Amino acid sequence: MFILKYIKEVYNGLKSLVVGLRRTLYYFSHHKEIITQQYPDNRDTLVFPDRFKGEVVMLHDDNNEHACTGCTACELACPNATIKIITKFDITPEGKKKKAIDKFVYHLELCTMCNLCVVACPTNAIKMAQTFEHSVFNRAELTKVLNKPASKIREGVE
Amino acid sequence: MVEEIASTADGNIILNLGPQHPATHGVLHLVITINGETIQKVEPHLGYIHRSIEKMCESLTYRQFIYVTSRMDYLSSHINNHACALCVEKGLQIEIPSRSQVIRVLMDELTRIASHELWWGAMAMDLGAFTPFFHAFREREAINDIMEETCGARLTMNYMVPGGVMQDIHPNFQRRVKEFITLFKSKVSEYNELVTGNIIFQNRMKGVGNLSAADAISFGCTGPTARGSGVSCDIRKLYPYEIYEKLDFEEILESDGDSFARYMVRVREMSQSISIIEQLIDNIPEGDFQAKTKAVLKLPKGEFYQRVETARGDFGVYIVSEGGTTPYRIKYRSPGFSNLSALDHMARGSKLGDLVAMMGTLDLVIPDIDR
Repeated sequence: MFILKYIKEVYNGLKSLVVGLRRTLYYFSHHKEIITQQYPDNRDTLVFPDRFKGEVVMLHDDNNEHACTGCTACELACPNATIKIITKFDITPEGKKKKAIDKFVYHLELCTMCNLCVVACPTNAIKMAQTFEHSVFNRAELTKVLNKPASKIREGVE
Repeated sequence: MVEEIASTADGNIILNLGPQHPATHGVLHLVITINGETIQKVEPHLGYIHRSIEKMCESLTYRQFIYVTSRMDYLSSHINNHACALCVEKGLQIEIPSRSQVIRVLMDELTRIASHELWWGAMAMDLGAFTPFFHAFREREAINDIMEETCGARLTMNYMVPGGVMQDIHPNFQRRVKEFITLFKSKVSEYNELVTGNIIFQNRMKGVGNLSAADAISFGCTGPTARGSGVSCDIRKLYPYEIYEKLDFEEILESDGDSFARYMVRVREMSQSISIIEQLIDNIPEGDFQAKTKAVLKLPKGEFYQRVETARGDFGVYIVSEGGTTPYRIKYRSPGFSNLSALDHMARGSKLGDLVAMMGTLDLVIPDIDR
């Protein structure tokens, strides 16, 4: 009985080996099933979905105008104090003081890409960009000012 | 690897496994007392990845604290976020639209499949089979792509918000999920061919790491770990949340209580999640994806608890509110911690080589245990 059991075990062992190797040989001869992408080489053709959360950017139009009113809704929504808005007072042509952003400081090194700031923004001034290669040599480079130099708020955005 | 070997007076050897060891799936430190090759005692040392998430959450508002829970059990991050969102909704006493309920359940089940896929690959790798890891990641990649398209991230999505979901599903979502179902069904036979039916795998799993139903209950095990011992503990069935009570699915139970039973529970759960997704994917109701909530959420004074079934078991969120915008105290009940406590009981008397196999079937995620 022991011999029979032993032979049966050997047979089953060989059988499961063959079954496993059949699968290996199948993929060896079916190259179309390979889904691996060669990342640094395919950088030019890499397409990311629109919603991919890479970093926060501020939208500017052709006239170098943005929609940020400096309401600090994003700053309050951020769980990690990633965003710091420094405001200033502009003088309008009528001679009135108007609050506007001086600097929209964004600390990429603290950001967890939770999308809460983009959801909180009432004027859709910021959005998530699809960039993802954020490595730099100097940590200070990760602190960014999102509003472009000499940019101002778009007419009609309150 | 093995850091130091010290022997005690009675001839036992103390062996340190981890904290930096690939088989512990994270920074888990096990102090093992062995006599020859027989395990006398296994003592897990925790705290290497403690980030005090519970304390952190006390300073965050009810919208903000949800994203941190993705960093606990990162493999079922959607389900963790879901529990927090449900708990806040319970406090606010708001009804969420049926569309967002269905989307949430769909995302939960996709996450469960992705989590079990990774576990399956890692489990086979723990036992020395390397190829299944790539097979598992191939299907998991399809789920990650779906997540990336709809939620914008692959692992820590932060998609569930109090009141519903953050964004509506992507127009491609239904098509992509159906493609995934077809792909998964064509590949699931491979899993059984390569691993489940393999004679070496079965010999290493069957009769190893026995956990009786009574022990599973007394150690507080939940999820597939307890269901492998025949303990009925599926929160989706026992305390249904969202639309689970309307769905047609069975709680998966195995009675053997050994490593192979726990393995089979998880493999069968993957197919079950597919059938849940199939029931829902064509029946996503029209409507809003988010209920109208106030800009600043304030929970009334009181205590709120919500439990959900993650891929690892019963996950609970306990919020104590003083009526403010931030919670007074938050406590998470993580499934991994209780499941790990059963390891010592399971391993005693068995051989050192089987320890990794037992640990693999517990499906440990260390950041979930330490928080």
